[in-house]
Amino acid sequence: MSDARATVIRARGLERRFGEKRAVAGLDLDVAAGDFLVVTGPNGAGKSTLLALLAGLLAPTRGALEVAVERHEVGYLAHEPLLYRELTAFENLDFFGRLYRVPERRERIGMLLERFGLWDARRERVGAFSRGMAQRLALCRTLLHEPRLLVLDEPYAGLDSDGASLLDGELETLVSSDTWSVPPGHGRGENGRLSTVVLATHDSGRVSRFTTAELALG
Amino acid sequence: MAAVTHYAADVAALARKDLLIELRSRDTVPAMLLFVVSALVVFRFSLPADASNLAATGLLWIAVIFTALLGLTRAFVPEREQRLMDALVLSPCDRSAIWLGKALSVVAFLVLAEAIALPAFALFFAPVSWETAAAFALADLGIAAVGTLLAAMAAVTRARELLLPLLFLPLAVPIVVGGVGASVEPDPARYLAFLGLYDLLFAILAWASFEYVVTE
Amino acid sequence: MSTSLRNNAAVAVALAAAVLLLTAIALALYWAPNDADQGFSQRIFYIHVPVALTAYACFGWGAWKALRLLWTREARYDLESYTAVHMGVIFGVLTLVTGSIWARISWGVWWSWSERQLVLFLILFLFYSAYFMLRYSTDPGPRRARMSAVYALFGVVLIPISFLAIRLAENFIHPVVFTRDGPQMAGSMFFVFCMSLAGTLALAAALYLNELAGKRLDERLRELREALA
Repeated sequence: MSDARATVIRARGLERRFGEKRAVAGLDLDVAAGDFLVVTGPNGAGKSTLLALLAGLLAPTRGALEVAVERHEVGYLAHEPLLYRELTAFENLDFFGRLYRVPERRERIGMLLERFGLWDARRERVGAFSRGMAQRLALCRTLLHEPRLLVLDEPYAGLDSDGASLLDGELETLVSSDTWSVPPGHGRGENGRLSTVVLATHDSGRVSRFTTAELALG
Repeated sequence: MAAVTHYAADVAALARKDLLIELRSRDTVPAMLLFVVSALVVFRFSLPADASNLAATGLLWIAVIFTALLGLTRAFVPEREQRLMDALVLSPCDRSAIWLGKALSVVAFLVLAEAIALPAFALFFAPVSWETAAAFALADLGIAAVGTLLAAMAAVTRARELLLPLLFLPLAVPIVVGGVGASVEPDPARYLAFLGLYDLLFAILAWASFEYVVTE
Repeated sequence: MSTSLRNNAAVAVALAAAVLLLTAIALALYWAPNDADQGFSQRIFYIHVPVALTAYACFGWGAWKALRLLWTREARYDLESYTAVHMGVIFGVLTLVTGSIWARISWGVWWSWSERQLVLFLILFLFYSAYFMLRYSTDPGPRRARMSAVYALFGVVLIPISFLAIRLAENFIHPVVFTRDGPQMAGSMFFVFCMSLAGTLALAAALYLNELAGKRLDERLRELREALA
C-alpha cells in the first residue's frame, strides 16, 4: 500500500492579527489525509482562531494557508452551537441539510438524531434544549454532510458522560481503526477529554497519524 | 443550468428559514404592524386641519420607511446573536443567496405591513390609488435590496442597530421621491420607472457586493 | 521604496496647485468680465462649481480605489479609498458653504431647495458622514476595509440617482421660484473656469497625497512598533 497521502492542509508562517494583537503567529502546519490532529495550548493561545482559519472562516493576515478541500467538505464545530433557537432540532438539520445538499436528507437526519439520542426531542425548539443537548445537535449538524475535514473546537464542552461516550463512539467510527487510541496525556484537557480535533478523513477510513500542535501564549 | 436550480434552492431554503422563524417567534411583523398604525395616528395630530392630500401622502411614505427600518433592524438578529452567520458563510451556498433569501423575507414583511398601513391610511386620510400601491410594491424591492445589505453591515459594527438608520436614510431619499411622486403626480409612470431603475441598479450592486460584506 | 519619488511628485502637485489657484483667483476677481445678470456676485461661481466638480472627482476616485480593493484584496487601497472620500467630504462641505453664500448674495436666503447642486450635496454629505460613522464603529481590519469599499460604491451610484430624484421632486416640492441660468460662458469666462477647475483638482490631489503620506507613515510606525514588541 502506497504511503503517499494527499496533503489536506498546509500552513507556512500563518498569522492572524486582530488590530494590534496577534492571535496566531508564524505557525507552520501540515495535515495529510488520515491525520488526527489535536491542537493544544493554554487559554488565549489562539486555538479557536487557528481552527477558524483552518475551517476557512477567517483569512490569514500574513503567511500562506492552503486547504485542499471545498467548503461543502468541511465540518466545523464552534464554541457556539450555531443553531436557530426558534426552529426545532429536525428543522435545523433540515435547513443545513438543504444547504449542503445532503442526499436522502430525511433518512440521514433521522439516523444522526437517533445516534445522538435526540430522536425524541426532534420536534422541540432548540431554545428549550439543555447545553448538552444543543452540543449534541451541533455535532449532528457538523457531521450531517459527511465532511472530509472535521474541525472541532471544544467538542466535549457541555456534554454529560452519555454525550461524551456518544462522541467518543462517533470519532471511533470515523477513524474505523481497531487500534485507535489516543496516547495517554496527549492533548487531553483537565477532564481527560480532547480539547480540539482536526480530523482529515482518509479514503480507507483509517487514522494514519496522530499528531499534536502546540500553541503558546503571546 | 444545474447551478441555477441549486442557487434557487438555496435561496428558497434561506427565505423559508426566515419566514419560519418569524412565524414561530412573531418578533418582527406584529411590531411593524403596530408601529405603522401608531405612526399614522401620531402624524394625523401633527398635520394642520386643512392639510392637503400631498402632505398626508408624504407622511404615509415616511411611516412606511421607518416601519421598514424597524423590520430591517431585526433582520440579522438571529445570525448575529447566535453567530450563525459563520455557519451560513461556511456552507457551500453562494453568499449572494444569503442576501437574496433574507431580502425576500424582508419584502414579505413589508407587504404585510403595507396590507395594514394602506387601508389604515385610506380610513384615516384619503383613498389610496392603484398607482400608490404599485409604487409601494416597487419601493419594497428597493428597500429590501439596500436595507438587507446595510443591515448585515451594521450587525458587525459596535454601534449595531443604531447605525442602520444613518446608513439607510440617505439611500432612501430617492425611494421617497419616487413613491410620493407616483402617488400624487398626474404622470405617475415616470416615477414608477424611476423606482424601477433604483431597484435594478441597487439590487445588482447589493447582490454583487454582499459577499464582501460577510466574509473576512 | 520610492518615497523620495513620491515626495517629489507630491511637492510638484502642491506647487502646481498653488500656482493655478492663485492665478485663477486673480483672474476671477480682476480679469473675468462681469456677468450680465448677476454682476460681481456671480464670480463665486468660479470657485463653487469647480469645488463641486472636484468633490465628485474625489468620490469617484474613492469608488475606483474601493473597486480595486475588492478586486485585489490589497490593503493599501483601503487607505487610498478612505482618503479620497475624506477629500470628497471636505470639498463637499466647501460646495455647500460656497453655494450657501452665493444663494445669500443672490437671493438673500442662506438655503434654497431649488438649487439642485446644494440639495444633492446635502444628501451626499449625509451619506458620506455615515461612511465615517461606519468606519469608526468597526474594528480595523479587512472586514472594515471591505465594508467601507462596498459603501463607497453605493455612494457613487447614489450620485446620479439622487440627481434624477431631485429633478423629479421639483414637480411636487413646489420650490420658491428662484431661477438662475447657468452662466452662458463667454470665452474668457470659460478660460478662468478651466483654470479654477484645474487649480481645485490640483489642490485636492495635493491634499490627498499629503494625507495619504501621513497615514502611510503612521501605519509604518505601527508595524515597526509591533515588530519590536
